[in-house]
Amino acid sequence: MARTTAQARPQNLGHTIRRLLSYMGHARLSLLAVAVLVSIAALANLCGTYMVRPVVNALSEGRGDDLPKLIAFTVVVYVIGVFASFGYTQTMVRAAQKVVFDIRRDLFAHIQKLPLSFFDRTRTGDVMSYFTNDVDTVAEALNNSFANVIQAFIQMVGTLIVLFVLNWQLTLITVACNLVIALYVRFSGGRSKMFFSRQQNALGALDGYIEEMVAGQKVVKVFNHEAANVREFTDRNEELRQAGASAQAYAFTMVPTTVCIGYVNYTIVAVVGALLAVNGMADVGALASYLVFVRQATQPINQFTQLGNFLLNAMAGAERLFAAMEMEPEVDEGTVKLVQTGRDSWAWKLPEGMGVGAYGALVRVADGAQQAVDGAGDADGGLAAEESGAVAQTTALGVDGTVLATGMLPLRGDVRFHDVDFGYVPGRLVLKKLNLFAKPGQKIAFVGSTGAGKTTITNLINRFYDVDAGEITYDGINVKSISKADLRRSLGIVLQDTHLFTGTIAENIRFGKLDATDEEVRAAAEAACADSFIRRLPQGYDTIVTSDGANLSQGQRQLLAIARVAVADPPVLILDEATSSIDTRTEKLIERGMDRIMEGRTTFMIAHRLSTVRNCDAIIVLEHGQIVERGTHEQLLAQRGEYWQLYQGLKELD
Amino acid sequence: MNEIRRLLHYVGPYRRDAVLGIIFVALETSLELLIPLLMANIIDEGVASGDTRYIFEQGAIMLALALLSLALGLGYARFASRLATGIGAQLRQAEYERIQDFAFGNLDRYQTSSLVTRMTTDITVIQNAVSSGFRPMVRGPVLLVMGFIYAYVMNAELAVVFFCTMPVLAIFLGLITWRVAPLYRDLQTSMDHLNRVVQEDVTAVRAVKAYVREDYERDVFHGVNDALARISTKTFSTAVLNLPAFNIVMYTTTVLVLAVGGHMVMTGAMGVGILTGFMSYVLQIMNSLMMISNVFLLLTRALTSVRRVGEVLDEHPLIASPDTATALTEVPDGSVEFDHVSFKYSADAEEDVLEDVSLSIPSGATVGVLGSTGSGKSSLVQLIARLYDATAGTVRVGGHDVRSYDLAELREAVGVVLQNNVLFTGTVRENLQWGAPDATDEELLRACEMACADEFLDRIGGLDGDLGQGGAGVSGGQKQRLCIARTLLKRPRILIFDDSTSAVDMATEAKIRANLASIPDATVIIIGQRITSVMDADEIFVLDDGRIHAHGTHDELLATDSIYQEIYASQMEHAQEAAAAGALATAATEGTATDAVLGEGGEQRG
Repeated sequence: MARTTAQARPQNLGHTIRRLLSYMGHARLSLLAVAVLVSIAALANLCGTYMVRPVVNALSEGRGDDLPKLIAFTVVVYVIGVFASFGYTQTMVRAAQKVVFDIRRDLFAHIQKLPLSFFDRTRTGDVMSYFTNDVDTVAEALNNSFANVIQAFIQMVGTLIVLFVLNWQLTLITVACNLVIALYVRFSGGRSKMFFSRQQNALGALDGYIEEMVAGQKVVKVFNHEAANVREFTDRNEELRQAGASAQAYAFTMVPTTVCIGYVNYTIVAVVGALLAVNGMADVGALASYLVFVRQATQPINQFTQLGNFLLNAMAGAERLFAAMEMEPEVDEGTVKLVQTGRDSWAWKLPEGMGVGAYGALVRVADGAQQAVDGAGDADGGLAAEESGAVAQTTALGVDGTVLATGMLPLRGDVRFHDVDFGYVPGRLVLKKLNLFAKPGQKIAFVGSTGAGKTTITNLINRFYDVDAGEITYDGINVKSISKADLRRSLGIVLQDTHLFTGTIAENIRFGKLDATDEEVRAAAEAACADSFIRRLPQGYDTIVTSDGANLSQGQRQLLAIARVAVADPPVLILDEATSSIDTRTEKLIERGMDRIMEGRTTFMIAHRLSTVRNCDAIIVLEHGQIVERGTHEQLLAQRGEYWQLYQGLKELD
Repeated sequence: MNEIRRLLHYVGPYRRDAVLGIIFVALETSLELLIPLLMANIIDEGVASGDTRYIFEQGAIMLALALLSLALGLGYARFASRLATGIGAQLRQAEYERIQDFAFGNLDRYQTSSLVTRMTTDITVIQNAVSSGFRPMVRGPVLLVMGFIYAYVMNAELAVVFFCTMPVLAIFLGLITWRVAPLYRDLQTSMDHLNRVVQEDVTAVRAVKAYVREDYERDVFHGVNDALARISTKTFSTAVLNLPAFNIVMYTTTVLVLAVGGHMVMTGAMGVGILTGFMSYVLQIMNSLMMISNVFLLLTRALTSVRRVGEVLDEHPLIASPDTATALTEVPDGSVEFDHVSFKYSADAEEDVLEDVSLSIPSGATVGVLGSTGSGKSSLVQLIARLYDATAGTVRVGGHDVRSYDLAELREAVGVVLQNNVLFTGTVRENLQWGAPDATDEELLRACEMACADEFLDRIGGLDGDLGQGGAGVSGGQKQRLCIARTLLKRPRILIFDDSTSAVDMATEAKIRANLASIPDATVIIIGQRITSVMDADEIFVLDDGRIHAHGTHDELLATDSIYQEIYASQMEHAQEAAAAGALATAATEGTATDAVLGEGGEQRG
C-alpha cells in the first residue's frame, strides 16, 4: 500500500465530494452562516475598493461637498465587513472542528470493526497516516479553503463585473493575461510533478535507510560501523538534497513568473487606459479606480489556482479516508448469546424458535414439534445435534425433520473442527481438511514448526478469520451462529506478542475485565506471578507503562498478559506461546498459577518449549497445515515420530 | 529564539545562497513598489498633459522593470531552493552523525520511531517552513520599510496616517501571535496523544478484538479526539482573529487616506494620481504586515520541530573515547575483571541492575552466565564492551580499565552477539562483511561453517543471496546463526553470546559450541536460558537480582547452589526423559544427535 501523498489526485471526485458534503451537513447551519458572512465580507471589501472611483471623480469634478457623505458610506460598508469577517472566521473554525471531529470518530470506529485481514495487509504507519496526513489535509482545507474559495470566487466574479463596468475594453486585456497565467500554472504544475516524484523517490530511499539503521543502531555500535554508515548516509542525503533543490527551484519559479505576467498586464492596461483617457474615451477616476482593481484582480485568481491544488490534495486525502470507511467490516451474523448462569457457569442462549442441528447449523423449529419430542424423550432424540457435541435440556424437531437442541445450552468448552480448509490468501491453504476435537475441560497442545498452522487454528476458533470450507462448532453450535462479541468473551487469549497500552499497570490488567476491583486485579497478578515484580516498581500498581513497555522486560510483559486473562476469568483459554520469554525457573513458578486458571477449562496451548506440554490431555503435532500426530506425551514418544524428534532437539521448533 | 539561532547555525555553506536570495527578493520587492509610482506619473502627467510619448516611455520602463523582476525572481528561486534543501540536509546530517555517537544509554532514552521521526518528518517540516517562509520573510519587512519611504516621499503629510494606524496593527498581530504560540505547542501534544491512541489500538488490535474492547477503545479515542477538537478550536479561533484585526486597521487607514487625501486634493495640495498611487501603498503595507504575521505562525509550528531536532543534537553522548594521545589502542589479552561493579541504566533509577559484582575471567576461558529474566545478565556483558559505563566500580579488559581504551579498539576486541540482533537489507556477503570488510569468500564461508550457517546457505542463494528487508528472508534460527558468523569474522579476543542461540535447535547449538571451543585464545562468554548451553563452561556464574548468587563448575553448582538446582530441575526432567527416549533409539540415530542427547542427560556427567 505504498502511497505518494505528494501528488495524489482523487479518482472519484463526485463521490468523495458527496461524502464530504454529508459530513459538512453535520454543521449545516454554521456553514450556511459562513457562506453568507463570507459573501458579505467579500462584497464589503469590493464595495469599499470601488468607492475610490466616486471619491476621485467627485474630487476631480470639484464636488467636494459629496466627500463626507461618500466617506460615511464607506465607513458603514467597512464596519459591516469587519463584523462579517470576524463572524465567519470564528464560525468556520468551530464548524471545521466539528466536521473533522466527526470524521475522526467515525473513521476510528470503523477501523476498529475491520477484519484482521485488513490489519495484516496494512502497515500500522499507513493506518496512522489516515489520522495524521489525510485528516489533517481535510481539516486544513476546511479551515482555510472553504471560506477562501467562496471569497475568492465572489471577489473574482465581482472584480470582473466591476472591471467590465469600469472599462470593458481594458478588461479584455486583463482577461487575456489571466488566461495566460492560468495556462502557465497548469503547464508548470504538470512539469513539476516529474521533479517532485524524483524527490519523493530519494526521500523514500533515505527514510528507509534511516529507519533500518536507527533500529539497528546498537548493532552498528557493536561493529564499529558508525563511520561507514555516515559515508553511506552522506551519499543518500546528498542525493536527496540535489533532487529536492531542483524540484523546489522549479516550483519557486511559478511565483515570479505569474507576478511578471501580472505586471505586464498592469503596464498594458495603464498605457492603453491612459491613451483612452487622453482621447477622452475614459474618465480619469475610472482609470485610477480600474488600476487599483486590476492589481486586486490578480490576487483572487492566483489564490484560486493555489486553492485548486490545495483542494485537490485535500480531496485525495478525503477519498482515502472514505475508501477506508467503506471497507467491509467484520461480519457478525451470530444470534446465539452468552449468558452467565452462575459464578463459574455460562450458557448459550439460542434465539427463540431456533435449534441446533447437524454440524452446529441453526435450524428453525417446526411448528408444534417441541411437545412431540419432549414426549418422546431422549431415546432417539438429539442425534443430529449430538454429532456436533450439543447437549441440551430440551430438544425439538426441526423443519427439516432432524432433532434439534433448543433453549439454553450450557457452555462446556467442546470445540470441534470438521474438514476445515483455510488460507490467509486465496489459493494458498494453510489448513487442509483439518479435523479436530477438544472435549470439555481438556488441555490441548499444538506443536509444530513455524508456519505449521498452530496460531491459525486458534485464530479460527475466535473468528479472527473465517474458514474457507468446513465447520467449527463450539458446544455444538457453529461458531458463525454465535454473536462474535459473546464468542470472544468466552475465550481468553494470551497472545504471542504482548501489547500494553499507555497507562498504569492496574489499568493494563483491568483491560481483561473493565470493572475488576483492586483486589481482583491483585489476585490476578498474584496468580500470574506478576505481583512480586509489580510491587517493586516505583509506584507499584500505579506505575505508568508505555505501549512499547520500554521499562518492562519481555518476560514481565508476558506476565502482565497472563494476569490480564486471569482477571477476565473466561471459560475457555487459548495460550499462544504465553511464556516464551519467561525463563524456565519463573515459568515453573507460574505453572501453579496457570494450573489454577486452567482448572476445569478447555485450554488450547501453543507450545514454544516442549516441557510445557507434557501434562496435556492431547498433543497435536502439525506440519504444513495438517495434523501428523495426535496423542498424549507418552503415546507420541512411543510412536518415535515427529514429536519424538522434536523432543530430542533433532529439529527446530521455531 | 534558541531555535532560530540553531537554524541559522546550520545555514553553513549555504550562507552565500541565503545572502544572495535575500538581496534578490529585496530588489524584486523594491521594483514592485516602483510600479505604482510610474503609474501615478502616467495618470498625473501623461493623461493630464495628453503627452502620448511620455505615456509610452513610462510604459516601456514599467515593462522593463517587470522583466527585471522576473530575472530576479528566477535567481531567487535557485538560491532559496538551495538554501532550504541545504539546511534540511545539514540538519539531517548533523543529527545522523550525532546518533552515531550515541551510547546505548542515549539510545534507550528515545523510541526508535521517535528518532526516525526527528530525522524525517521534522526535517521536512523545517525545510518546508524555510522554503515557503523565505520570500515573505524578506518581502514583509522590505515592503513595510519601502512602502513607508515611498508613501512618505509621495506625500509626507498623508503618510502620517500610517504612523498612527501601523502601530495599532502591529500590536494586534503581536498580541495574537503571542497568544497563539503556546497554544500550538498544546495542540501538538494533543495530536501526539491522539496518534498514540491510534497506534496502540492498531498494534494491539488482536488484544482489542479478543477481549471485545472495541467500545472501550472507542471511548478512549473519544476522549483524545474531543481534547484535540477543543484545543484546535481554541488555537485556530485565536489565530484567525488576525483577519478581522487586519481588516479593521486596513479599512481605517483606507478611509483616513481617502478623507484626509480627499481634503488635500480639494485644497489643491495634492494631485488625484498621487491619491490613487498612495492607495496602492496602503494595500501593500498592510499586506506586508499580514505576511509577517503569517510567517510567524508558520514558524511557530516549524520551531516545534526545530526543538525536537535540537533535543537530539544536544543529547550528550554518555560514553566517549578517551583522548587519542593517552588512549590504549591494543587489548593485550582476553581477560575480564569486574571490581565491585554496580550499574543502573539511568541515574534516577531507584534500583541497581547490578550490585557490587566482582568476578574475574582468565584469558581464553569459556564461562557461562545463567539467571532469570531481569537478573542482569545482559547488562553484565554489555559493560565489557563498554556499551554502558559502570555506575560504580571498575571493569577491566586485558588488565586495563575499559575506559582507558580507544573505544573502537576495545569494541574491535570484544565481539558481542546481541540478544535482539538484526540483519540489514542486502546480501549475505554484505551483512557478514560488517564483521570484516576485507574478508575473502573463503573466510566468509569458514565463519558460516563455524556458526553452522553453511547448512542453509545454499537454500537462501549462497553469499549473494538477498536477505530481503531487515533480513526478513531467513527464519529466527538462521538469522541467529548468521549473526554469530558476522561476529566471528571480527576475530575478537573476547566473544560474548547474549542468549544468541535461543531459536537454534539443540543439536546444532551443541555443534556451534564445539566449534567455538576450537578457537584458540579467545575468551568466550555465553549467556543462556538452557543449562545445556553453559554446562560445559570452565566456570558458570549464576546471577540473581543483580548479584552473583554463586559461581563454579556445573558439578559444583549442582551440588551447592539452590537456584542452579531449580533451573536444572525445571529443564532436566524433560531432558532426562528425552534422553531415556533417545537411548531406545541410539542405534537409529546419527552420532551428533546422540552426543547432544547424552550432553543433556544430567546423570552421565553429574
